[in-house]
Amino acid sequence: MTAATAPTETVPPAGEAIVPLVEARGIVKRFGTFTANDHVDLAIAPGEIHALLGENGAGKSTLVKMIYGSLQPTEGRFFWKGEPVGITDPNTARRLGIGMVFQHFSLFEALTVTENIALALSDVADINALANRIATVSRDYGLPLEPRATVADLSVGERQRIEIVRCLLQEPELLIMDEPTAVLTPQEADQLFVTLERLAGEGCAVLYISHRLEEVKRLCHAATILRHGKVVGHVDPRVETAAGLARLMVGADVHAVRPRHARTAGPTRLHLDRLDLPASGPFAVALDRVTLELRAGEVLAIAGVAGNGQSELFDAISGERTVSRADAVRIDGRDCGRIGVTGRRELGAAFVPEERLGHGAVPAFRLSENVILTRHATCEDAGLRAGFIDARRAGSTAARVSEAFDVRKGRPDPEARSLSGGNLQKFVVGRELDRRPTLLVVNQPTWGVDAGAAALIRQALVDLAADGSAVLVISQDLDEIFEIADRIAVISRGRLSPAYDAHVMTLEKIGLLMGGAHGGSDRIDDAEKLREADGHAH
Amino acid sequence: MRIELEKRAERSAVMAWASPLVAVAATFVTGAIIFAAIGIPPLKGLYVFFFEPLSSLWSLEELVVKATPLILIGVGLSVAYRANVWNIGAEGQLTAGALAGAFVPIFYNSWQSPATLVAMLALGVLGGMVWALIPALLKIRTGANEILVSLMLVYVSQLLLDWLVRGPWRDPHGYNFPKSVSFEGWQTIPTIGDGRLNLGIVVALAVAVGLAVLMRHTLKGFEVRVLGEAPRAGRFAGFSSDRMTLFVFLLSGGLAGLAGIVEVASTVGQLQPNISPGYGFTAIIVAFLGRLDPIGVVVAALMLAVSYLGGEAAQVALGISDKAARVFQGVLLFWVLACDTLILYRLRIVRGAPAAEGV
Repeated sequence: MTAATAPTETVPPAGEAIVPLVEARGIVKRFGTFTANDHVDLAIAPGEIHALLGENGAGKSTLVKMIYGSLQPTEGRFFWKGEPVGITDPNTARRLGIGMVFQHFSLFEALTVTENIALALSDVADINALANRIATVSRDYGLPLEPRATVADLSVGERQRIEIVRCLLQEPELLIMDEPTAVLTPQEADQLFVTLERLAGEGCAVLYISHRLEEVKRLCHAATILRHGKVVGHVDPRVETAAGLARLMVGADVHAVRPRHARTAGPTRLHLDRLDLPASGPFAVALDRVTLELRAGEVLAIAGVAGNGQSELFDAISGERTVSRADAVRIDGRDCGRIGVTGRRELGAAFVPEERLGHGAVPAFRLSENVILTRHATCEDAGLRAGFIDARRAGSTAARVSEAFDVRKGRPDPEARSLSGGNLQKFVVGRELDRRPTLLVVNQPTWGVDAGAAALIRQALVDLAADGSAVLVISQDLDEIFEIADRIAVISRGRLSPAYDAHVMTLEKIGLLMGGAHGGSDRIDDAEKLREADGHAH
Repeated sequence: MRIELEKRAERSAVMAWASPLVAVAATFVTGAIIFAAIGIPPLKGLYVFFFEPLSSLWSLEELVVKATPLILIGVGLSVAYRANVWNIGAEGQLTAGALAGAFVPIFYNSWQSPATLVAMLALGVLGGMVWALIPALLKIRTGANEILVSLMLVYVSQLLLDWLVRGPWRDPHGYNFPKSVSFEGWQTIPTIGDGRLNLGIVVALAVAVGLAVLMRHTLKGFEVRVLGEAPRAGRFAGFSSDRMTLFVFLLSGGLAGLAGIVEVASTVGQLQPNISPGYGFTAIIVAFLGRLDPIGVVVAALMLAVSYLGGEAAQVALGISDKAARVFQGVLLFWVLACDTLILYRLRIVRGAPAAEGV
């Protein structure tokens, strides 16, 4: 981090106060006929925390991959401290002093922190010396990390620290962070901001990729906004309003979800009673006495940091994994713990999994075929007659769903994998809502989806509940949860907290429940016992 | 300059059909090179191998006879492979089917009625199914790899056949040759005309059409394709991959067994140590060359049958080993799999990287 003060050979052009640390000029990147980056300019000064804002698919990742050397620009040049450079591969980038923390970590769960970092570094002579350096660096930057801990035992926040420390060991002058807070609790995010500010204070520039406007406003000194591969603005986020930034990102005003009418408690649609599910593998999460009651007409959201049992819970509710105790899962009053997913759909339930491609839809199948996937047993118009598929009816159902949910596609009936994330998600959600389910369970409804599609999906979920269905939303996005939920529960290490009314929930409270591993879950149990005791007393 | 593979947004409909043709052309080129390398004029070699078999009525009939078992086995395998279940042991299921079907003429030698043939064919199917059930159940129960188990069972069934025809099932009046009694009358499949062409091809074509309808127009076919393409999505749809493993093994095993009994009840006419020139393995190539589509398999089976006839012709006319046919089949499979890449990717020639010169 001291290299920034080293003398450079180049004389800055007259009139420019500081030579930018890194500069992109006229960067164009084409994939076939698709232009991902269209004459993008970007300049980052030393010690600056620079936000790169944009919706999914705006070209943020493409630009960053070129700065990190994993992609090559079709046109345009990069300048490093005023000198033109070709960043041909990530090794070159690292030699220049560029470090990157990816959104999805590449860590070996069975190895220790030190071993993982040693694998990423090219020249490790002495593993004990490395462990000491890790301890020193992590302490210096407020990133507490135990070098001998096994990665599998660490939380996502701690795993992210490993990646950050790995970058810091290479003494970068530019640190790229790709959506770092997507996987963190609010408290962990706060801690990260302190670290980043400290790094910036020492002269290290940070390129911060995000679509969370509040944290960009709070943390960043400058922002470059991308839309459809083009730069639509270089702004100072500290003086812009969040709404103004959103307008630049989306190109139009984002509609807020319409408030719903007063909730009327309907009959119980989904009842989980001390649901246990063993872990499916050595590093998977087991569900531990999950209890939940979901009524018609309400949206219940389950918050939690990724990897705390959300997908296991979804599988157990959808029936993809069955349990031995039939009354652990009740849909509309019927015991169905041992019934599979088709039987549960026949009871009026519908499910939208987290993973669109390969779980919610078959990538190589056309939309009309993907309609049949979840509706073959329950719907007349899925296009099935006596075991035979009626392609015409399946096609018209797919067209109806696409029409109702504004699914944009190049041709009438494309393969699922050719759709963008947002459009496919609209289709997958729309396919289920088209059945008018009495119970809908959605895992990460707007994960990786652009703001326009996210607003449409959230509105549809709220409307479904208003029409008298029960909606269960599992989400990591707290803004989304506060926008649509009537009640909120938090999942942590396979345990579910009681559900609280959304208006009494605060970010701090959710954060505490998310950190349940540090004694929190026991407190929840105690609270439950207290309430049970109260109930008996009255 | 370098060549890059670029992912297509959707699978290319043109390449899906062009890929096997490119593969066949590439096989001709490779074949020509091989012929040249062993001192045979390449064009003469290719003519003898691939075109002479198509030049007379006799050899066209023989082509259909050779294609019959390839179709029966190939269509079954194409369904199994679509479901991502790898039955490599069709040769063993063929042998098991032949053994089970031959039970009737060997132990009820005097029974002569149309029902005799029906019983033989039914037992043949059953024998193939039982043999296929072993890798299926081991895979479901213990997670054993079906490729290895089904392949190893090929050798078990062939040794069983060898022992039976040399021992208990040997023809008592056969001068100690390792052969069973010859099948006569209703113990054989009726022929069409006076050559070796028989009704087996009608059965094979009917099965191919039936499976084409199953795969394209029914929920069961949909289930096969979903579980093969995206098992997680299949589970989400409420389909069971264990039941699918069982289904496709029983289907492909039963059809291989049928091919086995059809073969011994027609062209072979009795049980003997060698009843198949590797139809069960060649059918794997047939299934892929036919795009794992039952109708495509029929076309591919006819093409592979050419290589069997060409192998025989090359032995006579060129004096090269009968293993040449196997070489050509292997080269063809190689090119088919290689060309299939072009369905999902396109080739692009890149001239230099623009950013590279700055270093």
